[in-house]
Amino acid sequence: MSAHEMHAAAAHGSVREYVTGLILSIVLTAIPFGVVMSGAASESISITLILLCAAAQVMVQLVFFLHMNTSSEQWWNTMTAAFAVILVAILIVGSIWIMRHLNHNMLLGH
Amino acid sequence: MASNHTIVTEPHILFGKLTLDSIPYHDPILVTTFIVVLIGSLGIVGSVIYFGKLKYLWDEWITSVDHKKIGIMYIITALIMMLRGFSDALLMRSQQAIAVADSSGAGYLPPEHYDQIFTAHGVIMIFFVAMPFIVGLMNIVVPLQIGARDVAFPFLNSLSFWLFVVGALMLNISLFLGEFAATGWLAYPPLSGLEYSPWVGVDYWLWALQISGIGTLLTGVNFVVTILRMRAPGMKLMQMPVFTWTSLCANVLIVAAFPILTVSLTLLTLDRYIGTHFFTGDMGGNQMMYVNLIWAWGHPEVYILILPAFGIFSEVTATFSRKRLFGYTALIWATACIMLLSFVVWLHHFFTMGAGASVNAFFGIATMIISIPTGVKLFNWLFTMYRGQVEYSSPMWWTVAFFLTFAIGGATGVMLAIPAANFVLHNSLFLVAHFHNVIIGGALFGYFAGFTYWFPKATGFMLDEKLGKWACSLWTVGFFLAFMPLYVLGFMGMTRRLNYYDNPVWNAWLIVAACGALIVLCGILVQLYQIFASIRDQRKNRDHSGDPWGGRTLEWSTSSPPPFYNFAHLPQVRDRDHWHDMKENGLAWQRPEAYQRIHMPRNTWAGVVISGFAMMMGFAMVWHIWWMAALGTAGMIASWIIHAFLNDKDYYVEADEVQAIEDQRYRRLEAADDRVEEADVVTISV
Repeated sequence: MSAHEMHAAAAHGSVREYVTGLILSIVLTAIPFGVVMSGAASESISITLILLCAAAQVMVQLVFFLHMNTSSEQWWNTMTAAFAVILVAILIVGSIWIMRHLNHNMLLGH
Repeated sequence: MASNHTIVTEPHILFGKLTLDSIPYHDPILVTTFIVVLIGSLGIVGSVIYFGKLKYLWDEWITSVDHKKIGIMYIITALIMMLRGFSDALLMRSQQAIAVADSSGAGYLPPEHYDQIFTAHGVIMIFFVAMPFIVGLMNIVVPLQIGARDVAFPFLNSLSFWLFVVGALMLNISLFLGEFAATGWLAYPPLSGLEYSPWVGVDYWLWALQISGIGTLLTGVNFVVTILRMRAPGMKLMQMPVFTWTSLCANVLIVAAFPILTVSLTLLTLDRYIGTHFFTGDMGGNQMMYVNLIWAWGHPEVYILILPAFGIFSEVTATFSRKRLFGYTALIWATACIMLLSFVVWLHHFFTMGAGASVNAFFGIATMIISIPTGVKLFNWLFTMYRGQVEYSSPMWWTVAFFLTFAIGGATGVMLAIPAANFVLHNSLFLVAHFHNVIIGGALFGYFAGFTYWFPKATGFMLDEKLGKWACSLWTVGFFLAFMPLYVLGFMGMTRRLNYYDNPVWNAWLIVAACGALIVLCGILVQLYQIFASIRDQRKNRDHSGDPWGGRTLEWSTSSPPPFYNFAHLPQVRDRDHWHDMKENGLAWQRPEAYQRIHMPRNTWAGVVISGFAMMMGFAMVWHIWWMAALGTAGMIASWIIHAFLNDKDYYVEADEVQAIEDQRYRRLEAADDRVEEADVVTISV
């Protein structure tokens, strides 16, 4: 089987799907900007909100633009994405954990 | 501290930082090497032109997208680079054997030269020997094992290879033009920052690794897709040969880990080129973040090297024990566990950096856990041999040599995984002995086993068995003699990377280690002679059947070397050891009733041309020749776009052409059968 034939199997989504994705990603971008520019929320709430919106943004992109779902033809893509999320989480959480302890022990973090 | 960045004068508009002084003509060792290399390369280029082979080389090899040819080119490059890396090793061993301060002075290598040598040795052996060796073996074997006609993206495969060659070339150019990094193979800042390494050594390191690393990343993507999507009909995941499984896991690791390397190198590049402060000592930079990031790539890299070697040992053990592999499922799950666990142990490379007890305890325990699946595998191989009819061919010799050495390397690895012990042993020769123990005794011995095992498949003739056993013996004895003393020296407190020392007690051990290195040299010379002698006697050693060892997996079902389309018709797989099953049921070597036309990719100039521009860009960036860097980048983009718009990328091999090639093969098979029968008659009459 050539690479061409495999391509044809992947779905390309409907206009409705793309528009929903577009609107959602605009909203999810506007919220963090709004929070920071208005200064309405405290620093910790703002940071939490930004992080949450970022995570949601990634999901929106994956589902609406890359058409990831739990159907059987998408199984490998979904598995790969889950694996990638686990690895990125390990790396980020691990690095933050290591660097925090390091800064504490080295008296670098104030 | 920005003023410190102007130590180097403003780059010249045409030549950047490149001046006549960049050529190290005052160093007799380098000048001699340069002359030898120059004469050698002129000789090769000259004879290629003289014999009119330029067109053949271009059409059949340089532009080839055939995975088997790309694999062969990878391995040739790896062997050449191994000679360079090993020369570095000999220089270091001889330096340390005589560099005790109160006898004959401080050796013959000045510190700045010695530092470049140990850096180059590490970089070459990992990135330009081990990586291409295993990628080469995967290229030759994986598509054959899964019954595919090529990899999923043949052009990307060619591009990967040539990008890797660019990295290797840049590293060698640094020997004669400028300098190489003197920072150790991972170039920790702040030493690798502009302040302490103001000249071009670290830049060569950065660009050579960045360019070849992109090539490796593309290889990873290519092989993951190939293995997941291009298996022969009927082959389920749990029916894939073990080497294919371990290659899949290694390539998943490449895809997951190499982007971390790319990012770390990019951040360091930005620090050095445009004055950012990611890893500097001040202005908010944190050099420890670099150590954290580079090992988050570096530890998975260790498993990228060793997992396919484990696959090779599995294939070799099953074939030469004449048995199904013991515990296939356990072995696959062990590999998958290692794949995931290899991402949660990276801190064990810097226990002493100061993250504290709780962090160290977590990563120490994770490291000990990862040794369990590795141990499981060792038992798999031992139980495969148990009650098997073990035939001690030379691939099996390498495998047994691996059992012996790797057991020791694994044990010292678990010792180093204890954070408290690590505080004593880190940065000492104990560590150096440990990682050579697992990389030579584990990965490299595996590659040599695979090299011998699949050599007839790739070339059509066998390697000389007797010389192979000599090479294995010399390597093993030399290895133990060279590295066991380093364990002792580590306990005695000798740190790594010493240019000279003033403790005469160490001297005797270092002389023993140097002798070990010389025995390894003998092993390498025997290997070179083995390749030469086998090519010379190839008529005698020819593999007519395509299955010289009595193999069990699909690669042995086609001829040696395989036709460029690998299989005239794709096999319908129904067993894990499908070829063995076919032979048992009398289905092997059967001619199909009719042949069909085969869809194949065309050769392409794009891989080598894009890489040529990448070379131009990399070299120009090292020397700050901005116009040339822009030209190289533009060339890369332009040639990629031109290639993308070409439509004539594939073609069909017509059925009658396939039939002609296959007819020839069956004639050879019949002729070989006759010879075997004659030989049997002779034996009986004797």
